[in-house]
Amino acid sequence: MAERVYRRIVASRVRSQLAYPVSFALDCVAQAIGQALELVVILVVFGRVQSLGGFERDEVLLMYGLAGIAFGLADLAVGQLDDLPRWIRTGEFDVLLVRPLGALAQLVTSDLQLRRLGRVAVGLVVLLVVVTGAGVEPTPANLALLVLTPLVGTVLISAIWVATCAVSFWVVDGKEVANAFTYGSSLTTSYPITVFGPWLRRLFCFAVPSAFVAYFPALALLDRPDPLGLPHALRYSSPLVAVVAVAAAALVWRTAVRRYQGAGS
Amino acid sequence: MLSASPYPALVRAGYRRRSVYLTASLAGLFTNTVFGLLRVAVLLAVVAQTGSTAGYDAGGVSAFVWLGQGLIAVVMLWGDGELSDRVRSGDIAIDLSRPWDLQLALLAGDLGRAGHAVLFRLAPPVAFGALLLPFRWPDDPVPTLLLFTASTVLAVVVSFSLRFLLDLSSFWLLDSRGVRSVYNGLGGVLAGLTVPLAFFPDALRGLLYATPFPAILQTPIDVFTERDGLAELLAHQLLWAVALLALGRLVLARATRKLVVQGG
Repeated sequence: MAERVYRRIVASRVRSQLAYPVSFALDCVAQAIGQALELVVILVVFGRVQSLGGFERDEVLLMYGLAGIAFGLADLAVGQLDDLPRWIRTGEFDVLLVRPLGALAQLVTSDLQLRRLGRVAVGLVVLLVVVTGAGVEPTPANLALLVLTPLVGTVLISAIWVATCAVSFWVVDGKEVANAFTYGSSLTTSYPITVFGPWLRRLFCFAVPSAFVAYFPALALLDRPDPLGLPHALRYSSPLVAVVAVAAAALVWRTAVRRYQGAGS
Repeated sequence: MLSASPYPALVRAGYRRRSVYLTASLAGLFTNTVFGLLRVAVLLAVVAQTGSTAGYDAGGVSAFVWLGQGLIAVVMLWGDGELSDRVRSGDIAIDLSRPWDLQLALLAGDLGRAGHAVLFRLAPPVAFGALLLPFRWPDDPVPTLLLFTASTVLAVVVSFSLRFLLDLSSFWLLDSRGVRSVYNGLGGVLAGLTVPLAFFPDALRGLLYATPFPAILQTPIDVFTERDGLAELLAHQLLWAVALLALGRLVLARATRKLVVQGG
């Protein structure tokens, strides 16, 4: 029964966005530009050096493409959680709690931001352009990995998003703090983790599991050893990490909502 | 006749308005510092290979990143669209009928806001970066810091004038969100937040300096790190500051003529 409600909610959101086609197209373009900016940075950097963190241009772009699709899809799915502080401050969140549907599911379906497809498109184009140049062999296993990686990455980044946005239940202005991890992960996933020092790597690539979005799967696709000498199995463990991340995010979210006492008088 | 100019009071009000939201400043500071750490890691990996890239060594890229992360808030690279909302809601009619020059009044408030940001958003990340990482301090501190102050004020004026124009676009577009989101996206790369503009190929760099963007972030950073050709860079800033302020007045005059105030 609930599924039918959600389906109708989502369908109405989609219709409302497509009601203004020109505005929607412009929004998509703006998103694509936003995503392409990191691409410009990577290209400018590789105009100056031959390799970055032990990887060549097309190899880094492979990671950027995989990460871009995953980040765009995650932003499409759960990006509206950025508005959580406003929902809490205005008391609108309390309204969600009294409805007979899950609070998170209601928030997520409150706005399905189709314009994020602009981001996805840039990642997809880059991935298609560099996939042969980077030296990915066209084996069935690699094809499966190419399709699965962005999807698993979407789940991973969504879990990061939910867990960090839940900070807003405790901290006023939590949005900025959450942004450091959500938008920060769009940066850390786009580069080989070898460029970050040991402490940054521990915190932003493993504790926040962004290394599993693109870096490890890319090592498998490129069939090359890890310059850091980490275990071989890690490159295939992204789905497992995603399951753990979702469980952790669910725990954080539930704890946060259970402790929430309302913002009103 | 006014007994005193309202503008110095507006500068103070702009400062005090920000000082109320201390946790917002702290949260912003946290985000800037995290992004600074990630950005500086990438750029340090670049210069580590050659020792120096386009005149930047490890201390140079570190100074670039930390000054940039601090200056984002000082120049307010990403506007909040407050004026745009007032145009859409019609509150702009009240602003226009007050006994002040609207553009100057908003600029005064913005300078006060920037002053607060220098203390609470620029100084901490620079101190953080300078303590933890190699950092290029000016060789000639006194004249450089004076020039840096002047350049930062010009950067705030240029950024303010651009945000003013973007917000005024609401008079014609009703919703300036699309225009502003494109500007916010482009701003970071074109102004020199993510990668030093000196890393760009020469032809592209020439094109970039035909726009006001480098005047917002890259020029004050160049002044601080004492790069070559500072006279031209400062002239570029001054030229754009004057031109954009003048354009803003022109557009505001046009918009005001178009404005119809409903009701009695």
